[in-house]
Amino acid sequence: MAAPAHVATASPNGAAIVARGLTRRFGHVTAVDGVDLDIPRAEIYGFLGPNGSGKSTTIRMLCGLLQPTAGTVRVLGHEMPREAEALRPRLGYMTQKFSLWDDLTVAENLQFMSQVFDLVPSRRRDRTAAVVEEFALGKLLVQRAGTLSGGQRQRLALAAATLHEPELLLLDEPTSAVDPQSRRDFWESLFALVARGVTILVSTHYMDEAERCHRLAILADGRLVAEGAPKQLMRDIAARVVEVEADDTVAARRALVDDPAVLSVAQLGTRLHVLLRPDTVDPATRCADRLRDADVPAQVAAVGASLEDVFVAATGFRRSSHGAADGH
Amino acid sequence: MLQRVLAIMVKEVRQLSRDRLTFGMIVGIPLLQILLFGYAINYDVRDIRAAVVDEARTSHSRALVAALAASGVVEFVAPSAGVADLRRRLARGEISVGVVIPADFERRRLGTERAAVQILVDGAEPMIDSVARGLAQVPLPVRAGDYVRSRAPVFELLTEYNPERRTAVQVVPALIGVILNMTMVIFTAVAIVRERERGNLELLITTPIRSWELMAGKLVPYVLIGLVQTTLILAVGAWVFDVPINGSLLDLYLAALLFIAATLTLGLVISTLVRTQMQAFQLSFMTLLPSILLSGFVFPFDGMPAVAQWIAQVLPLTHFVAMIRGIVLRGASLADVAGPAAKLGVFLSVGLAIATLRFRKTLD
Repeated sequence: MAAPAHVATASPNGAAIVARGLTRRFGHVTAVDGVDLDIPRAEIYGFLGPNGSGKSTTIRMLCGLLQPTAGTVRVLGHEMPREAEALRPRLGYMTQKFSLWDDLTVAENLQFMSQVFDLVPSRRRDRTAAVVEEFALGKLLVQRAGTLSGGQRQRLALAAATLHEPELLLLDEPTSAVDPQSRRDFWESLFALVARGVTILVSTHYMDEAERCHRLAILADGRLVAEGAPKQLMRDIAARVVEVEADDTVAARRALVDDPAVLSVAQLGTRLHVLLRPDTVDPATRCADRLRDADVPAQVAAVGASLEDVFVAATGFRRSSHGAADGH
Repeated sequence: MLQRVLAIMVKEVRQLSRDRLTFGMIVGIPLLQILLFGYAINYDVRDIRAAVVDEARTSHSRALVAALAASGVVEFVAPSAGVADLRRRLARGEISVGVVIPADFERRRLGTERAAVQILVDGAEPMIDSVARGLAQVPLPVRAGDYVRSRAPVFELLTEYNPERRTAVQVVPALIGVILNMTMVIFTAVAIVRERERGNLELLITTPIRSWELMAGKLVPYVLIGLVQTTLILAVGAWVFDVPINGSLLDLYLAALLFIAATLTLGLVISTLVRTQMQAFQLSFMTLLPSILLSGFVFPFDGMPAVAQWIAQVLPLTHFVAMIRGIVLRGASLADVAGPAAKLGVFLSVGLAIATLRFRKTLD
């Protein structure tokens, strides 16, 4: 399949999305608070954050669904929301909830979306055939969308969002109702799209998905608390990480949590991930000593930070450690 | 542009054809309403249950009772022994009318000072009172089986356009308005609110479709449905209730088209005011009830207090009832009903302006 026609003519270095001080208040609640974004083209950019962190509100402001209370945002060079209409044909959007029509068949949904995006009949035929092939919808064409499984619906939604070959795809928690195999397939599709020059912004609360993104913004309480490539975020984490393996994790946690150098203790199965202040000298020995003093048998090792550690460091103890919040 | 409007239309029709309940309502509501209103609402009341107390027991009193029974308006059940019993039966609802023929009936009949017969009426029920007043016009027999050839009445009453004074003739044309008002407002309000409720609108807003294209695509199918309903009611009215169509069919359909557009606009405005389908239903019914009561469909418009008349002026049904009765029964042309047509036009323009201003392509 050919790359979208507009991409070649657009400046390859220009950012797809530039936001400055983007803010949205609902009454007294500030859902998005002064967010700055520079999202490069032809990459997968992730929004990682818990529910209510402002991911959806930000995405809705980027596609003109919501008016920003303050701040400016340019999407593919269009100032939003003033030039929203000019952006529409170049934008594909997948809502958090399945928003195609349950009582229409797969084929009818695709037909409708291709007409709404004003594709000429020959292109409509070609593109419909292409997405049906790409997202394996051939056997489902006459089935009503309401009877599809979670993974099938999501394939249909992505097919509909890419029918008109948009330069920018905004995906709002696309994999929240999907099994692991479908999630893997879905990400394969995203990488195929990026290879063709499409810019993708995807929000998620899955660490493994966030790790696949080229770049990542971590959002908490409407603020951007960390930004960068996942590897770089893990390397630059403002904390030392120690992994503790103990049978009695409750006792181990109790022994460690009072240490003033310890920023957080998070449990992963039978293991604990302990984050300590970045200036801590020999954090593994420090933890081992405390555990021995408390008579808790445990294996202790200093390890590299995982993305989850980055997330915890960026969101979990922002108030106690401002250094961790400024990952970039 | 046209492709997008067409796409919305096709989608709406497809969804409608799969929504059995709504599809059934398109045909079901008009049929049910016209049969209900046509048969049940009947101002020519007959066979009202009545009882008589005949204390005179003369041949004349018996002749009078026979004359009342022959009118068909009342149906006499077992007579009462006295006035007290008659009142008790009236109170219990056994009878709605009581006829008291006093013992001195013969003297009263020949005299002029006092009424010869008393009629007791249950005032709790509508219509019965006026019917009983009609009963009071039955002349007194001079000799048993014979009547005074009294002098000619002062007034001669001619009921134009509906000489047999059949209620169906008065009800059916206006019923087109009531049914269209009911279905059109609800269908459009719900059709738009449903997409917001289900999240479809969030997706639609991010496509290049324009607000007016979305609205036009959604409304056109309902215009056609409205015309189908109009035809259905007219056909049933003509075949089952023998309602004549004295005006031109073209004028009639043009008037219906104008009214359909006005009600769709009302539905649009409602859709911009509510968040859920339930609220859309409730608000639609809130506009429907005053429409039925104040439009002149049931009660004569001129008899209403001034405030009610003002309210009625902003209800599209009022103007349509005026137009449709003119065209169907009085054989009026569109030019003859230009007044109400113009008012409907104003309603349509104002409604469209409000709907367009309020319906923005954002979620705020």
